[in-house]
Amino acid sequence: MKSIRARLFTILLVTTGIVWLSAIAWIYLSTKAQVERVLDARLTEAARMVGSLVSSQDIAIGKAGAAAAIVAVPHASYDRQLSCQIWGFDGTLVGRSESAPGKPLTLAKSGFSETSVDGETWRVYAVTNPELGIRVLVGDNLRVRDRLVADVIRGLAFPALLILPVLAALLWLSVGRGLAPLNAMASALGARRASDLSALPDNDSPSEIKPVIHSLNGLFARVSTVRERERDFTAFAAHELRTPIAGLKTQAQIALGSSDDSIRNNALRQITVAVDRTARLVRQLTDLTNAESGELEDDVGHVDVGRTLQTLADDIGQHHRNAASVLISAELARLELGVNPSLFMAGARNLLENAVLHSPPDKPVRCGLRQEQRFLAITIDDCGPGIPEDELPKVRGRFFRGRNQTAAGSGLGLVIAELAAERMGAVLHLENRAEGGLRAELQFAERAIADGAA
Amino acid sequence: MRVLVVEDDPVLLNGLQVGLGLAGFTVEAVANCADASAALDTSDFDAVVLDLMLPDGSGLDILGALRRRRSLVPVLLLTARDGVPDRIAGLDAGADDYLGKPFDLDEVAARLRALARRSGGHAAATLQWRDVVLDPASMGVTRGGQPVRLSRREFSILRALLDRPGQILSKSQLEDRLYGWQEEIESNAIEVHIHNLRAKLGPGLVQTVRGVGYRMAETGA
Repeated sequence: MKSIRARLFTILLVTTGIVWLSAIAWIYLSTKAQVERVLDARLTEAARMVGSLVSSQDIAIGKAGAAAAIVAVPHASYDRQLSCQIWGFDGTLVGRSESAPGKPLTLAKSGFSETSVDGETWRVYAVTNPELGIRVLVGDNLRVRDRLVADVIRGLAFPALLILPVLAALLWLSVGRGLAPLNAMASALGARRASDLSALPDNDSPSEIKPVIHSLNGLFARVSTVRERERDFTAFAAHELRTPIAGLKTQAQIALGSSDDSIRNNALRQITVAVDRTARLVRQLTDLTNAESGELEDDVGHVDVGRTLQTLADDIGQHHRNAASVLISAELARLELGVNPSLFMAGARNLLENAVLHSPPDKPVRCGLRQEQRFLAITIDDCGPGIPEDELPKVRGRFFRGRNQTAAGSGLGLVIAELAAERMGAVLHLENRAEGGLRAELQFAERAIADGAA
Repeated sequence: MRVLVVEDDPVLLNGLQVGLGLAGFTVEAVANCADASAALDTSDFDAVVLDLMLPDGSGLDILGALRRRRSLVPVLLLTARDGVPDRIAGLDAGADDYLGKPFDLDEVAARLRALARRSGGHAAATLQWRDVVLDPASMGVTRGGQPVRLSRREFSILRALLDRPGQILSKSQLEDRLYGWQEEIESNAIEVHIHNLRAKLGPGLVQTVRGVGYRMAETGA
């Protein structure tokens, strides 16, 4: 059912109906029992009365007309309710009331019995008077009894049926009124602009709607945080792309405007550098968005660390042909991690790229494994200038480029590496090496080691 | 005209250095705040092109330090952040002009010329002395309406002299204006250029003040 109002209305109406029907059934049964008890008592009384009248000789047996005199007091709608017969032991009808049939109402000697005479069911009480040799039978027509009970029930049900539509209307209106805060909230939400993520007021809302409002406000807060971060990031990325574009434009203008071959060639070389750097920046922005989106989190797979690092190193080598080489230790080749492969690639790629770009071309970057008590670390050691100690706390900030930046540095590599590490449940650790250069470590908890490996 | 360019993107820095050099400027290029401060402390510039986001600080810090020293050198801010609030913040911090990235090289040159013109107290875009007219934008020189072909160095010397006519410029001042730090200077280079200028524009125009330097001559000798 789509409408809460219709649903509530139906439920209320059905339950009210059931309560009413049960009440009527109960009243029917108890009324019937009471009526039977009272009427049975009356039958007994009437039979005894007739018996005593006969025995005290007030009624002359055999005078048929006298029987009419003992007919019960006529009742407007329930007349001919009681019938009385006086039978002799010999089977002769000594006397009967006006409404009584000619056949015996019962064959029972005494007590209550129910019999069918001429298609009518009778409830009969019999009293035997052995001294006079007579049997007094007093009977109630059951049809009349049933009508009595039915009249009582009808008297109850009829007004109820009349009231039912009124009740239905009242229920419908009340339910509508009860749901008004919900409608108010819906229309408030419906009237909002898409950009409006402010919280809904909840101080005077009903307690049933409060949880909904709280959840909605929580959702609004989360969505606006995400949107704000995206907006900040887009603005930052746009700004960050403008500088290389400005460089490209300037160099292109020089190449176009100069007739000197060496100047033109230099400008074209610079353009190549700028294009490489911009391409890397764009790739890093994509990496960052992917790492941030959180969609990769649940997808845990197996990472063959040695092979992955080798693939990355080969790829980096293709982009930076004259840069330092990468040496991967044999321990890493045997290591398998149960983490998300895309995140691992994004993190490791940026760390490796940083190391390669900062190292002198003749000194290789070394990747190794360090085992600690609580974790194991993949280390990437370069022979570059390292990071000045005062910049170490800042290097993970977005678009931070330190004093020892490279031409291709975008200030995003470490941000991506750290974000990817965080998502993998790992820790990114950076330190300057005593012998010079930087060591970047990805520290994984023991449980990240894939089963059956290492 | 000597210009300091402070920009951390190496490609853009190189572009500005080469491009402005081709437009007749003598360009010193530095990539961070520390180098920029050192350059500004040790030598004079006719204009500064300043990037805002630098690896070791903000260009606004350099600008602030410059203005606190009561330096009047014109500063053109070049930055990726060119929203109105950023522009206002930059101009209020003491910048003379603001250009958002990416920009046109010719526009940077034109704005620098305009800034230098204003700070030199000139109203016209061209510099004139007697019948010699120098147009910094087209790098053209005429004498009596007749175009005169000058080399880049000769043009720069003439321009420096015309910038403040009557003022004497020493040989080393002229060298500063002509050459970047990395360039090798022949000991008699200035004398050679002055000699050539006199040959092309007539002997009486540039006057030698013995032991001090050179200036534009008031009357033909």
